[in-house]
Amino acid sequence: MDEKRVFSVLVNNHFGVLTRISGLFARRGYNIDSLTVGVTEDPEFSRMTIVARGDHAVFEQIGKQLDKLVDVRHIEVLTPDDAIIRQLMFIKVNTKNRDLAAIREIAELFRAKVVDVAEESITVQAVGDTAKLEGLENKLRAFGIREIVQTGISGISRGDHTLIGMKRNAEKAVIEGQFNG
Amino acid sequence: MKLSGAEIIIQCLKEQKVDTIFGFPGGAVIQIYDALFRDGTINHILTAHEQGASHAADGYARASGRVGVCLATSGPGATNLVTGIATAYMDSIPLVAITGNTPMNLLGKDSFQEVDILGITMPVTKHNYMVTDVAKLADTIREAFAIAASGRPGPVLVDIPKNITIEKTEYEYREPEPVTIPRSPATEEDWNRAAEMIRRAERPFIYAGGGITLGRAAKELAALVRKIDACLGLSLMAMDCMEKDDPHYTGMIGMHGSKASNMAMKNCDLLIVLGARFSDRVVGKTEGFHENKRILHIDIDPAEINKNVPTDHFIISHMKPALEELLKRVEEKKHPRWMGEIRELREKFPVSRAPQSKRPKELLDALTELTGGNALIATEVGQHQMWAAQFYGFRQPYSFLTSGGLGTMGYGTGAAIGACFARRDRQVVSVAGDGSFRMNCQELSTAVQNKLPLVILLMNNKTLGMVRQWQTLFYNGNYSATTLDYAIDWVKLAESFGAKGFRIGAQDDPRPVLKQALESGCPVLVDCDIPLDNKVFPMVPPGAALDELVLGDEA
Repeated sequence: MDEKRVFSVLVNNHFGVLTRISGLFARRGYNIDSLTVGVTEDPEFSRMTIVARGDHAVFEQIGKQLDKLVDVRHIEVLTPDDAIIRQLMFIKVNTKNRDLAAIREIAELFRAKVVDVAEESITVQAVGDTAKLEGLENKLRAFGIREIVQTGISGISRGDHTLIGMKRNAEKAVIEGQFNG
Repeated sequence: MKLSGAEIIIQCLKEQKVDTIFGFPGGAVIQIYDALFRDGTINHILTAHEQGASHAADGYARASGRVGVCLATSGPGATNLVTGIATAYMDSIPLVAITGNTPMNLLGKDSFQEVDILGITMPVTKHNYMVTDVAKLADTIREAFAIAASGRPGPVLVDIPKNITIEKTEYEYREPEPVTIPRSPATEEDWNRAAEMIRRAERPFIYAGGGITLGRAAKELAALVRKIDACLGLSLMAMDCMEKDDPHYTGMIGMHGSKASNMAMKNCDLLIVLGARFSDRVVGKTEGFHENKRILHIDIDPAEINKNVPTDHFIISHMKPALEELLKRVEEKKHPRWMGEIRELREKFPVSRAPQSKRPKELLDALTELTGGNALIATEVGQHQMWAAQFYGFRQPYSFLTSGGLGTMGYGTGAAIGACFARRDRQVVSVAGDGSFRMNCQELSTAVQNKLPLVILLMNNKTLGMVRQWQTLFYNGNYSATTLDYAIDWVKLAESFGAKGFRIGAQDDPRPVLKQALESGCPVLVDCDIPLDNKVFPMVPPGAALDELVLGDEA
């Protein structure tokens, strides 16, 4: 049965690392829903948030195969209960002969912002988890959607700990040369 | 001390105690070749083709247990290495491949002999690098060697733009850190559970593979097999890790495995998998494979656990320490009924029963007799490879160099050349087929140039035999593109390279000619006629379960 899982992956901030990760998913036939990447508080590392689809066996393999890449430094699985998971979406909605106020009202309900107003359309910017953004999209569909652009998701775990900190602890705990897999 | 990038490469190879490298020069590496020449302490072997260099480095690594090194120029030089790198990757062979590239200011501009070898080799290397700063060159090469040799070994490629080989920077000698065998993360409880599984087993079967070869753990494997009285089947990658007449040994497992091994794998109540990865050629159909048995999987690579077949218990470890640990914890056992059953199968259905492999068996029996089973055997890929696995009587482990994972035709000659340099004390024989040998026969020139005492035993059936066998059995005898009815005179071909060429007819006693070949002390090609329609049996038809094997014992 297909489920989704969010992998938060700390990687070396080199050229080619994105290719290594996306190539691994492509050649082993793992499905990616989304992948985002950005540099972290330490410029030595980037952090990727990967949403994969599959079953338990696939997720086990994804984690282990990622862990084998030399440029992958630490992996964490994020769940909605213990992490904040967000995505950014822009929706350009038709306004010709439409009720501008009604669109604004819907946007406000979803805590979305109007970021551009043009002759025949307005653009709404929304941040949220995938379910919320789907809800907004459904509500705005009646007005006529011209264009949607969205990022993949980014996630951060709740609490004081950090992924780089977890990596350092794992390295400390691991007696010389042991595996963290 | 300020050195050029090229000189630093040579110094770093010397840090790693590299004595021999295989390669082919070109524009992007001319600086490195100049440094090699001026240094003069590293033995550089010029091959006929870069593919030969990568296979030779692989053969060197397999035969010596050390990291093999190959060197090629940018563009086609680099791409020609790729098959050899992929071969090493699939069989977990430690290799460092160094390639030149165009100077950095020309990269990304489709410059002459520019290719994105980093992108090309990403899926077939354990890791790869492009060095863009001469100050990082030495550490990159050191890291490459460490990665290639540690954990589950594999090839690492270092791509070096030409300007980096010219630029200078400070170099300081550094002693390489010894490759330590890491302690297993397994807990006391994990080991005890493994031992308990073994203690409870009534029909234990051990399936061991390349991890035993790579971990040089044949002795410990034999000790465990005897202590717990289990039967043992080997995958192609560990064919040389047990003597064929050992009473516990049941033969190769899988598609061309013995009936005893395949039935034991099916009927055991505990399957102990050591340094092996449940390849499709070994397990056949995975559905139903796990039925009525427990599986204990021990491997160095966590990603192999539950990849192809789910296991009941696993331990992440190198083979030698794992076997030592198990030996401490298991008690002596006897399984007379189970061993009796399997021995009966072994006696009743020996692999040698198939009349269609009679002649290849005679040739390999003669080779075993004349070499005392002590030769290093390289193979190409196809029928002759399976026959060599089935019939050569290895008396020493770690002596079988064969492309198991990738199945690379054209591997054997290069690998055998590499083995000759790694082990000058051993006789090296490449068992080849005519189809495979033709792919890289130009490496005969490398063997002659270096006066290597290499014997190539060419099983010549004038066809691409393994494909023909499938066409006979599954494709109504449509021999599409498999008949090699050319007029190559292999003896003359060998002679034209400056090697010796001998011929053994289909009816001849192979021993006198083989003996002469082995005593020649120079490259010899022995063209052995074998019948066109000889086949490899037993055979599990593709997609079938292991017990559905065809014995092929009808004439």
